[in-house]
Amino acid sequence: MINTNKVASKASFQWLLKMAWRDGKASRKKLVLFMASIVLGIAAVVSIQSFGETLKETIALQSKSLMGADFKIDSNQPPNERVIQIIDSLGGADAKEIGFSSMAAFPKTGAAKLVQVRGMEEGFPFYGLLETEPVMAENEYQKQDAALVDATLMLQLGLKAGDSIKIGTITLPIAGSLIAAPGSNAIFSSIAPPVIIPYGLIAETGLVQTGSRINYDFYFIAPPKMDLAQLEKKLGTVIDLEDADLDTHISTSERLGRRYDNFGKFLNLVAFIALLLGCVGIASAIHIYIKEKLRAVAVLKCLGATKRQTFLIYLLQIAGIGFLGGVAGTVLGLLLQQLFPLLLGDLLPVDVEMNFSPQVIIMGLLLGVLMSVLFALYPLMNTLYVSPLQALRVQEEDTSKSRKAGIMVLLGIFLFIFIFSFWLLKDWRYSLAFVGGILITFAVLAGIANLFMKSIKKYFPTSWGFVARQSLLNLFRPQNQTLILILAIGVGTFLISTLYFTKDVLLAQASLESNAKNPNMILLDVQTVQKDSVANIIDSQDLPVMDNMPIVTMRLQSINGRLVNEIRQDSTATIKRWILNHEFRVSYRDALTSSETLTAGEWTPEVTNTELVPISVSDNFADDAKVTVGDKITFNVQGVLLNAVVGSIRKVDWAQMQMNFTILFPKGVLENAPQFRVLTTSVPNDLASAALQQELVKNFPNVSIIDLRQVLTVVEKLLDKISWLINFMAFFSIFTGIIVLLGAVKTSKYQRIRESVLLRTLGARSNQILKITALEYLYLGVLGSLSGILLSLLSSQLLAWLVFDTPFIPSLIPFVVLFPGITLLVLGIGLGNSIGVIKSPPLEVLRKEVR
Amino acid sequence: MAKILNIENLQKTYSSGSKKLTVLHNISFGIEEGATFSIVGPSGSGKTTLLGLCAGLDHSDSGSIELCGVQLNSLSEDQRALLRNNKVGFVFQDFQLLPTLTALENVAVPLELQGDKNAAKIGMELLEKVGLADRHHHYPSQLSGGEQQRVAVARAFSNKPSILFADEPTGNLDAETGEKVVELLFNLNKELGTTLVIVTHDIELAQKTQHILRLKGGKIVENQTVAQ
Repeated sequence: MINTNKVASKASFQWLLKMAWRDGKASRKKLVLFMASIVLGIAAVVSIQSFGETLKETIALQSKSLMGADFKIDSNQPPNERVIQIIDSLGGADAKEIGFSSMAAFPKTGAAKLVQVRGMEEGFPFYGLLETEPVMAENEYQKQDAALVDATLMLQLGLKAGDSIKIGTITLPIAGSLIAAPGSNAIFSSIAPPVIIPYGLIAETGLVQTGSRINYDFYFIAPPKMDLAQLEKKLGTVIDLEDADLDTHISTSERLGRRYDNFGKFLNLVAFIALLLGCVGIASAIHIYIKEKLRAVAVLKCLGATKRQTFLIYLLQIAGIGFLGGVAGTVLGLLLQQLFPLLLGDLLPVDVEMNFSPQVIIMGLLLGVLMSVLFALYPLMNTLYVSPLQALRVQEEDTSKSRKAGIMVLLGIFLFIFIFSFWLLKDWRYSLAFVGGILITFAVLAGIANLFMKSIKKYFPTSWGFVARQSLLNLFRPQNQTLILILAIGVGTFLISTLYFTKDVLLAQASLESNAKNPNMILLDVQTVQKDSVANIIDSQDLPVMDNMPIVTMRLQSINGRLVNEIRQDSTATIKRWILNHEFRVSYRDALTSSETLTAGEWTPEVTNTELVPISVSDNFADDAKVTVGDKITFNVQGVLLNAVVGSIRKVDWAQMQMNFTILFPKGVLENAPQFRVLTTSVPNDLASAALQQELVKNFPNVSIIDLRQVLTVVEKLLDKISWLINFMAFFSIFTGIIVLLGAVKTSKYQRIRESVLLRTLGARSNQILKITALEYLYLGVLGSLSGILLSLLSSQLLAWLVFDTPFIPSLIPFVVLFPGITLLVLGIGLGNSIGVIKSPPLEVLRKEVR
Repeated sequence: MAKILNIENLQKTYSSGSKKLTVLHNISFGIEEGATFSIVGPSGSGKTTLLGLCAGLDHSDSGSIELCGVQLNSLSEDQRALLRNNKVGFVFQDFQLLPTLTALENVAVPLELQGDKNAAKIGMELLEKVGLADRHHHYPSQLSGGEQQRVAVARAFSNKPSILFADEPTGNLDAETGEKVVELLFNLNKELGTTLVIVTHDIELAQKTQHILRLKGGKIVENQTVAQ
């Protein structure tokens, strides 16, 4: 007699591990794709996260060298008394800098170029280096009253140390080439390369005039115990009120890190999608894998294994594979991240030295186990409820599976997706929206699959031939794979296609169109008295003067009677900070341009009464300043107050490369205000551009010239790099998606193999079996991929609208490439499954496949 | 002699849609320890269902089953599993070897479940007994049907069961191989004193057992003791 009160089996945990290992070892072929799903999903997450962490760390580590000081106060106007008092209270600036954009001429070659002139005091930077060639030029330029010129510019113009540069009214020798300097940004440097000269020479250039855009920087070395965060908190607002800024090296590095946020947002989306695809792969592979194992589970139960033991055998097996997948995925991810700096190059503000963040490595390993176990739990639960009777050929419909446990597992899955997306996106609303979106996608796809099956059943074409009927029958009879494959194909296509559309949205947002009708050269800082002479020079070179716009600089004094200072101090105010601090460059004219559309109010071309001037503001200004038609705004025009009312709101297409304005005045108000002009023209080629630039620099050294063709080249190069990375990562996710599809369709092979063999045994010809299989997979491929693409249209529209804040024009690529591509892929894998059946004798196939 | 299996008024009904189908009606019989017993009857007569109930693989709707002195109805699933592991052996028509385990691993599983450290050694001895020691590392798919069934027999006896249930043990085998497997079953029955319960269509095989229970339409039509 046995003691039935003692129910624990004597089999140890080691035995469970041994069984998991034995079974897994023999099933390794079936587990390869499952493993691939985990590896690719985790590799994407680990590479992106690890790269992000490394970038942040590097920026933080190098923050002092990036600024060159501990903190600085900067302003784009000469500091007022209050700012000077604050600077004095801090013990006075340790170094000063004045910077502005200006044209520079190079007498040796006769070339002229827009440069960023930086007048620096000796001793700056305090941290990091002015990297120069020759090295000694770093110190000697100050002693010799010489200039350091951007290394790339020196190369482009064939200059060398000892040549000279003319800035404004002075000509200086070039001490050496400048390779890197704190505060110089690679992207801006491509348009206006930096030229560093001694601080004392700035006044002599004669370029510091009223109306010019000049930056004044005061650099400080902090005493060892100074709390910079506290300093920023204490002085930040006070300095803001005086139209200046206080930046610490920490806040600057944080801001620099944030600049990569949007980019990071997309990369995180890629990681999220790759991981989700991996999860779909796991779920679909395990679903069929476990289904095949149920008979073995029944036999084990007959032999005396408890349901807990059989459950644990497969749980351990899957957790083990998850762990291995996590290790492989993490290693692949860490290797992959080494590629990012190569792809991004100049886009990064610092030289990123790759290191391996332990946090990301642990996350990769944990994620492998967690996602495998979680997505396998639902099918795994079947092992708990399978009856040992199945071993006795008694087919019993599984009705005992706990609904409650199933719901708990599903809740667990969605909680995992939510927590993971929150971790990536740091925004619970986006995370909830993602989870909701995925839930809806699954529900819609399941609905489509069910409706499809019901419709075929109801309207079954009984008159069709055997092959066509059989392929349709396969879609809804017991043991069909319609739901699982439509879910896998549909979700896979949905995610890939969403990624494709989003990539398009991002790239379209950044793309620029150059148009022959648009100007491609902009002349800035033309004084009013110079405008006719400058226009004459342009005319004399047979070039058109396309625009001749006046620019008046002004700041906001009050909005609807509330002073800007009051609003700044009101912590509940929703008006955006930039509106309150910005120096607006305003123009006046009597007509709208092609890049402007009126969305509210009425356009006033000209006024005679200047008491309350009806102005036109751009829609983004109206949104950020919280104003609408009829609201009153007072401007401070270089000391003179000017009352205005919002007369109209315009939508401006900022992507068009032409001079656009946030605020426009009608004619008849600002004509006598201090102003400068912006002239534009269109140059046909480099030669014409160089000739015009030389002529202008010779006669009007204060005029800055921006050659948009050159800017376009720089921007295009930049976009190329971004698109490269976006395409690379998107491709990575798409590749994961293909692996998932491969896995899903491949595992379905075991579902169909017995039927195909049986048909073969009954005398079915090869082409009949192939046709049945081909048609079944064709139906599934078409329905799954088309549903996925259509759903992704909706999700991309929502992403464009809510996350990227940009209009969405769907590309045809997913329809003409993705749809047939995925359908053919499904068809190909499906047919590949049947080839073995056709080529080998039936019994041989069965023997091979039951293993 | 004491009864190892005692069935009283057993009834089993399956639901098929809205219809109820009673597959076993008031079945009562008993089997003595060490006896050989066969259950015969046409297809659909309830033989396999009865076997499943006797072995504790399923629950009855009414009636009682006492196996190895234990009332099965009072046991949980895990208690039944433990009982099977300690006292019961199985041989199935389609062998039901675990496809991902080798022949030796298959034979050793019931012993390993008991925590027996000599599982592999005993398994090897049993394989020798059934003449397959040299194929111990082969997977089921690498063995013929007869070989698979011999491995299944070795597995069934590995835990030295008090009672062995065999469901159509020769159903998937040719006559000659079937004969060998039957011989093996009966020899082990004699050697180890294991009670043998066979479900079969094969009257010739049934005639080799001491008792034959005939079922038809879920009812006992005859409970015969065979003159040996």
